[in-house]
Amino acid sequence: MTAPPPSNNRFPFRLGLSVAAVLIALSLPLLLPLFQVTLLVNILIFAIVVTGLVLLTGILGLTSFGQAAFMGVGAYATAVMTTQLGWNPWLSLPVSLLVTGLIAWFLGLLTLRMQGHYLPLATIAWGISLFYVFGNTPALGGFTGLTDIPPISVFGLELTSPRTFAYLALVCLGLVALGAQFLLSSRTGRAMRALRGGPLVAEAFGVSAFGLRVQVFVLAALMAALAGWLYAHSQRFVNPTPFGLQAGIEYLFMAVVGGSQHVWGGLLGAGLITQIREQLRDILPGLLGQQGNFEVIVFGALVILVLQFARQGLWPLLERLLPQEGIRILPEREKLVPRSKPAPGTPLLSVQNAVKQFGGLRAVGDVSFDLNAGEILGLIGPNGAGKSTMFNLITGVNPATSGQVTFMGQDISRRSAGQIHRLGLSRTFQHVKVLPDLTLLENTMMGGYARGKAGIIRSLLHLERGEEAALQHEALRQLERVGLGAGAFTLAGNLALGQQRVLEIARALVADPTLLLLDEPAAGLRYGEKVELVTLLKKLRDEGVTILLVEHDMDLVMGLVDRLVVMNYGEKLAEGSPQQVRENADVREAYLGVDMEEEGAA
Amino acid sequence: MQIFDPTIFPILAADGLTNGAVYALLALALVLVFAVTRVIFIPQGEFVVFGTLTLASLQLGRTPGTLWLVLVLLGIAAAMEAFSLVRSGQTRRGLLTVGIAALLGIGIWALTGWLAPLKAPLWVQVILTLGLVAPLGPLLYRVVYQPLQNATVLVLLIASVALHLVLTGLALVFFGPEGSRTPAFFEGNLTLGQVTLSWQSILVIVASAALMLGLYLFFERTMPGKALRATAVNRLGARLVGISPSSAGMLTFTLAALIGALGGVLIGPSVAVTYDSGFLIGLKGFVGAIIGGLVSYPLAAGGAILVGLIESFASFSLSAWKEVIVFTLILPVLLWRSLTTRHIPEDEE
Repeated sequence: MTAPPPSNNRFPFRLGLSVAAVLIALSLPLLLPLFQVTLLVNILIFAIVVTGLVLLTGILGLTSFGQAAFMGVGAYATAVMTTQLGWNPWLSLPVSLLVTGLIAWFLGLLTLRMQGHYLPLATIAWGISLFYVFGNTPALGGFTGLTDIPPISVFGLELTSPRTFAYLALVCLGLVALGAQFLLSSRTGRAMRALRGGPLVAEAFGVSAFGLRVQVFVLAALMAALAGWLYAHSQRFVNPTPFGLQAGIEYLFMAVVGGSQHVWGGLLGAGLITQIREQLRDILPGLLGQQGNFEVIVFGALVILVLQFARQGLWPLLERLLPQEGIRILPEREKLVPRSKPAPGTPLLSVQNAVKQFGGLRAVGDVSFDLNAGEILGLIGPNGAGKSTMFNLITGVNPATSGQVTFMGQDISRRSAGQIHRLGLSRTFQHVKVLPDLTLLENTMMGGYARGKAGIIRSLLHLERGEEAALQHEALRQLERVGLGAGAFTLAGNLALGQQRVLEIARALVADPTLLLLDEPAAGLRYGEKVELVTLLKKLRDEGVTILLVEHDMDLVMGLVDRLVVMNYGEKLAEGSPQQVRENADVREAYLGVDMEEEGAA
Repeated sequence: MQIFDPTIFPILAADGLTNGAVYALLALALVLVFAVTRVIFIPQGEFVVFGTLTLASLQLGRTPGTLWLVLVLLGIAAAMEAFSLVRSGQTRRGLLTVGIAALLGIGIWALTGWLAPLKAPLWVQVILTLGLVAPLGPLLYRVVYQPLQNATVLVLLIASVALHLVLTGLALVFFGPEGSRTPAFFEGNLTLGQVTLSWQSILVIVASAALMLGLYLFFERTMPGKALRATAVNRLGARLVGISPSSAGMLTFTLAALIGALGGVLIGPSVAVTYDSGFLIGLKGFVGAIIGGLVSYPLAAGGAILVGLIESFASFSLSAWKEVIVFTLILPVLLWRSLTTRHIPEDEE
C-alpha cells in the first residue's frame, strides 16, 4: 500500500466527503421522526465518550472500562449544581469539567503507573465502585437519581426538544472530533502512537511516558464529562445505571467494533451499536418470549467476531473504499534551531568504572573509556560480552550499579533516557522499532520530538503548525540525507529490514544529535544491505557526525572507526586503533578461540 | 465495634471463610488460565452461575438450557475444526470430527433428556451438572479464544468481557431472572463451644481444600499437569518439546469450567444465585488472583479467602458499601503488583 505523494491541485476527496457528512448531519434533526432524533442525540453524546476512548485505547493503547464512570461524574456534578444550587448549566459546565478532570487526574496518578492488563482491571474496579457511590449517596438521590434538571438555554432559546438539542450535541461532537483529529496529526499525537508499543522508543526521544499518559487520560475523561453534561440536560434526570460498568464496557465495544484507532471509527461504532441495540430491544423479547437485557448476547458475539475477523474494527474496511489522502506538506516558514556542537576533539562521553550487576551476574564489570567529538568509536565484542548492557547504561534505559557516565560535561549516570536525549544523544535500536502503519516521514519526525515545544492543548487547537512545518522539512532533509527521500510517503512497514535500520538512523538524525549511538545496525542484514550501510555511515562520518557504534561484526567496523573498545565477558579486553586491536592476541582468542599451539602447550 | 462481639464474630468469620473458600477455587482457576493461555478469564464466575442454576433446573425436573448451549457450541466447534482440517487437505479427518461430534451431541442430549425429568438423587444430578458445565470450557476455548491465540493480552481481555456478556445474557434466557438455591447436602450444625458451624459450610471448606490438593497432585505428579506448567513457564519452549498450545488451552479451560461448576454446586445451598451473579463472584476471585500477581497459587488462594472475610465483615456493618470496599481494596493491590512486576514491552503487540 503506497500513500500517494501530496499534491496541491488534486481535488481533496476526503475534505469533500467530510463536508457532505457534516451537511447530512445538520439536516438529520429536521428530517428524521422525533423518536429517531432522540436516538440521534444519544448517538452523538456516546460518540463524544468514544472519541476519548479512541485516543486513550486505540492510539495510546490504554484499555479503560471506566469512561462511563467519568461521564457519570460530569452528569451528576451538573445535576447537583443546577438542581440544588440553582446554577445556570453554562456555569456548571466548566465546574463539572474541573471536578471530573481532578478526579481523573487523581485516579490517573494512582492507576496509570500500572502496566499491561493491570490498568483495565483497575478501571473495572473503580468503575464498579463509582457506580455504588452514586447509588448509595443520599445527596445524589440514591439509585432513583436526581430529577428536574433544567434545560440548557442558547441565546434565550430553551433546548427542550430533541431537535434543537441535537444541534448543540452536534456542535460539541464536531469540536471534540476535530480536536482529536488535530491532536493525532501533531507532535503529541505521534508521541502517543509511539507509546502504544511500549515506552522504550518514545522515552528515547524525550517523551515523558507517564506524563503523557496522564494528560491523555484526563483529556478522555473531560470528553466523557462533556458528554455527561449533555446527557444530564437532554434526559433532564440522572440515575446510576447509564454510568455503570456495563455502560463502560459498551463504550469500549463501540470503539472496538467501529475501529479504535480512528476518530471516524469511534463515531461509526457509537452509531452502529446504539442502532443495533434499539432494533434488538424491539425484536429479541418477542423472539424469546420474555423481557430482559438480551442485546448483550448479540453485542458480545459481535465483538468476538470483530476481534477474530477484523481486529482493527470496521472503519478500516470502509476506509479502503475511500480515496487515499497523503500527508499535507506545510510551507516551511522557519527552520528548527540547530544545536551548537562541541569542537572536534573535545571530550564528549566518558565512562568511568561502570559496573552493572543483575543479581549474581556481573554483566559489565569496571569498564572505562572516553569518546571525543568528531570521532567514530566502535564498541565490539562477541555475543554476551555486555555491549548491549553498556549501551543501556549510556542511554539511561537501565542505569549502572556503580561508576559514572559523563556526557557533555554532565553526570548522566542517574538521568532518564529522555533527559540524556535532550542533552544531545540520539540512538537506534538493535531490534528495529519503527511504527509500521505510519509513513517514513512521520516515523522520522518522531525523532524531532524534543526539538518541538507544542503541548497537548496547542496540538488540539492546531496552533503548532509552524513548528510542525519545520519538523516536516527537517525530516524530509534527513530522509534525503540517508537516501530514503524518494519513499518518504510510503509506509514504514513496507520497507525491508535494512531500510528500516536506515530509517531509524534518519529518525535519530532529526534530533540533531551531538552523539549518535547505533546499536548493532548490521544485525540480520544481507551482504548488500551491509555494504549500503557502510557507505552511509562513512558519509555521515565525513559530514562530522560523532558516532558510537556497537557491533559484533568485526569486518564492518574495522574499515569505519577511528578507535575500538573490545569487550568480553563484561570486561574491557582491549582498546586502540583497528590495527592495534587486530594484532591483539586476547582479542583474537575471544573471537577465534584459543590458538592451537598455545592449547598444545597447556 | 459490633463485629467483634463474641456471638457475632464467629458467624461472620465462618461465613467469610465459606465464601472465601469458593473464591479461592475461582482464583486458582483464574491463575491457571492466565498462566497457560494469557487469557484474563472474566467469565469464570459464569461457570459458577451455570453450575448452580443447572442443578436448580434439574431439581425442578426441567431440562437445563445449558444443554442447548453445549450442543450449539459443539456444533460450531466441530464445524470450525472440520473446516480447518478440510482446508489443510485432511478431508477424511474433517468428516470424522463432524461424525464424532454428532454422536457426542446425540449422546449428551439423550442422557440429559432421560435423566432430567426423573428427578434423580442429588449426587446423580450433581454429576450431570458437572458433565454439562465442564465441556463449556474447552468448547468456548475452541470457538472464542483459539482463533485469537496470537492476540495481545488486551485483545484477549476484551474478548473475555464480551464472552462474559454473552453468557450472562444466555443465563437470563435459560434460567430466567429469579434467583435459585439448591438444597443443602447435609442438614444440621456442628457446635464447638461458642462456635456453631453448619455441616454445609464444613463441606464447602473441606471440598475446596480437597480440590486444591487434587490440583496440586495433578500439577506435581501427572504428565498433563507438568505439560501445563511447562506451557505456563515458557510457551515457545513448551511448543518446541511438542506440547501444543491449543490442547494445553483446552485442558486448562476444562479444569477452569469444572472448578467453576463445582464452586457453583458448593455455594448453591448458601447463596441465592441469579443469572448475573457470576461477574461479582468472579471478580472477587480476581481480587485474590491479583493479590497473587496472577502467578502464585498459594498467594491467590490466601488473597481470595481474605476477600471472603472482608466481604463478610463489611456486609454486616456497611452492607450498602460492601462492593465499594472490596473493589477499592483492589486498587492499592494492583498498584503494588504493577510496580513490583517487571513488564517487558517487547512481548506485547
